[in-house]
Amino acid sequence: MLDIKRIPPGAWIGLIVTGLFVFCAIFAPWVAPYGNAEIVGDVWEPMSAAHWLGTDNLGRDLLSRMIYGARITILIAVLATALAFSLGSILGFTAAVVGGWFDTLMSRFVDLLMSIPTLIFALVVLSVLPSNIVTLILVMGILDSTRVYRLSRAVAVDINVMDFVEAAKLRGEGRGWIIFREILPNALSPLVSELGLRFIYAVLFLSALSFLGLGVQPPSADWGGMVKENKDGIVFGIPAALIPAGAIAALAISVNLVADWILNRTTDLKGGRGNG
Amino acid sequence: MAEVQANKKEGLLLDIRNLRIEATVYPPDEPPKTITLVDDVSLTLERGKVLGLIGESGAGKSTIGLSSMGYGRGGVRITGGEIILNGRDIMKGGRSGIRKIRGKEVCYVAQSAAAAFNPAHQLMDQVVEASLLHGTAKRATAEKKARELFRKLGLPDPDNIGKRYPHQVSGGQLQRVMTAMALCSEPDLIVFDEPTTALDVTTQIDVLAAIRDAIHATGVAALYITHDLAVVAQVADEIMVLRHGKLIEWGGTRQIIKEPRQEYTNALVSVHEIEHEEKKPTDTPFLSVKNVTASYGDGKVKVLKNVSVDIHPGQTLAVVGESGSGKSTLARAITGLLPPMEGSITFGGRTLSNSLTGRSKEDLRQLQMVYQMADVAMNPRQSIATIIGRPLEFYFGIKGAERDRRVAELLEKIEMGKGFADRYPAELSGGQKQRVCIARALAAKPKLIICDEVTSALDPLVANGILKLLLELQAEEDVAYLFITHDLATVKSIADSIAVMYRGGVVRYGAKSEVLAPPFDPYTDLLLSSVPEMEIGWLDKAIKSRRMESAGN
Repeated sequence: MLDIKRIPPGAWIGLIVTGLFVFCAIFAPWVAPYGNAEIVGDVWEPMSAAHWLGTDNLGRDLLSRMIYGARITILIAVLATALAFSLGSILGFTAAVVGGWFDTLMSRFVDLLMSIPTLIFALVVLSVLPSNIVTLILVMGILDSTRVYRLSRAVAVDINVMDFVEAAKLRGEGRGWIIFREILPNALSPLVSELGLRFIYAVLFLSALSFLGLGVQPPSADWGGMVKENKDGIVFGIPAALIPAGAIAALAISVNLVADWILNRTTDLKGGRGNG
Repeated sequence: MAEVQANKKEGLLLDIRNLRIEATVYPPDEPPKTITLVDDVSLTLERGKVLGLIGESGAGKSTIGLSSMGYGRGGVRITGGEIILNGRDIMKGGRSGIRKIRGKEVCYVAQSAAAAFNPAHQLMDQVVEASLLHGTAKRATAEKKARELFRKLGLPDPDNIGKRYPHQVSGGQLQRVMTAMALCSEPDLIVFDEPTTALDVTTQIDVLAAIRDAIHATGVAALYITHDLAVVAQVADEIMVLRHGKLIEWGGTRQIIKEPRQEYTNALVSVHEIEHEEKKPTDTPFLSVKNVTASYGDGKVKVLKNVSVDIHPGQTLAVVGESGSGKSTLARAITGLLPPMEGSITFGGRTLSNSLTGRSKEDLRQLQMVYQMADVAMNPRQSIATIIGRPLEFYFGIKGAERDRRVAELLEKIEMGKGFADRYPAELSGGQKQRVCIARALAAKPKLIICDEVTSALDPLVANGILKLLLELQAEEDVAYLFITHDLATVKSIADSIAVMYRGGVVRYGAKSEVLAPPFDPYTDLLLSSVPEMEIGWLDKAIKSRRMESAGN
């Protein structure tokens, strides 16, 4: 089973940083020194003992807003990625196993969705629909699922022609067993690595939407929204906008370090007992 | 021949002393460790002689063969010993020294010619490449030499075959072109790495004869690597038996075959003999294939033409033929994976639905299948208990402790311990994997198991064990086999009746004793006479006595 001593240093860094972000996200109201929308000082105060990261463009404590921002950013990104993966992989696997007209129909529909630039598509949809978190998650999840669909269909088509899948079909197994018990475990490795990447794309996509004003609505803000709020400060040499930007980068790297490590573990075909 | 250097011993070409080859493996989450592949092997080879290297997979035969050109495949390192070729240690020559030797003094013939040729270049360009690179000949001379070699190797249209691309010639021809490529730069030594293993028996005999004649005509020395003792007996002057990277026995061909001194060699020599008493067909076959015609691509390519065979309870029908003869397609038609265009399959008096989706669970249970490649026939992510236990769950609803008990019983039956239950396929050897596949088929308690080339990918000794197991299980469980194979030795030891297939049709069908008794039709005769026998001089006899050209030409 999992041996703590054998976790490589890269994975440790990823686990710790990701863990820290997740901890902040879950326990935001208890961790944050001030309220999310509470105005506690002057505009763009420098870092001090009272305000570790300084204050933002309205005089709110930047650290507290970063912590609340983590909560909303990670929540939306996690739910959108989860939606994208469940939808994309199940439809992708089904298309590969069923084949025929279902496959053609699904694949062409996905091609159609992918031919429209994602950001523009999302902007149009979000400006028409009511802007709340559920709409945001649905739009992000569905748009992202097209990528997952393509990957999982391609992987599953390869696995579907293997003898063990044929053996299962000859046994008379239903599609559920073939998809979830025969194909899914063997498609997991590429999907896990894709999961790390897609989660980060979700964070970046959300940040881009918020930066353009169609994502999370004020007064609450995700990290992308905070970059937008504080971007004017950069001209005056105030680093407030760089802090959420840095947090996005740190999250991206640490999540992928963890994904790499999981990937290494799941490619092992000997039940985690090692090769040789 | 290449110039003879004055300062070296008369006649001695290759002298490998105390060779040690190691590799580092990197198991995930574990410190890397070094494993020894070849341990303290020494050999000498005189000019113009052929040394056969023989052993099971993993014996280190290819590794030793490649070491004569200073090459370690896939990160393998030569860590000890000397490799003296033409009087000098090639390992001391450094990288550029080795490059001068490869393709000029030592050439290599790979197992899979199809994978070894560059598909984007014409054959001639690849054949003369080494000569041009080493500057031993001008293009015109090299091409002239190549055409001569093509003729000598019995290739059709030797003047123009060089203009073709690798995919435009057959597998047997490609293997001969590769031999021409090795001979073209007039090396002193050629390493043949299982050159005929991937070929059909009928093609193998031609390639084997061509290689042997070319070796004799040019006087080149050779290391001939194979796992088939009968093949190597036809070409080699001396034979070296290897196991687990260690030398077991080394002697003249006659001595190794007739008077093996080691127990392991004896096991290799006497491997093919299983006594099997033929059972008489019953009055009512339980499965009949009637006039089945099947095709791929909406009837464009007919791969089965009007095939009819019967299978009797508890008996074995062997389907024999070379690749492309439709034997596996017959299995696909019976299982319903490829619905036949015409004809029907009756099972226990009822006509089975042609397609898989139209068959009941009970019908599916009665027909089980064991595949050629056990590696890909089992889900690598499922434990052995899941793999064997699934049919029990699926067909009989047996779950939990009762299932585990049945799995243990089945493991016992295939001569593997209970300890294997929680292992994964990647942790098993090739023979064990095939046994698990057999257990999975047995778990369904079928009437018929279709065995599609189940022993082809295995070493002879392991294959022999599988055949014995299948026969024992047949006696215990009264299960019938449809045994698809291209290996007639296997057929002799397992079949009750035989169907010989050729280009999609059955050319000869009946009880084993009838099919294997003269008079033969030309194709069966060709098949039978092409099976290598462990006898010196068999090759000449076989070629002289056959009446029909093999399909490779």
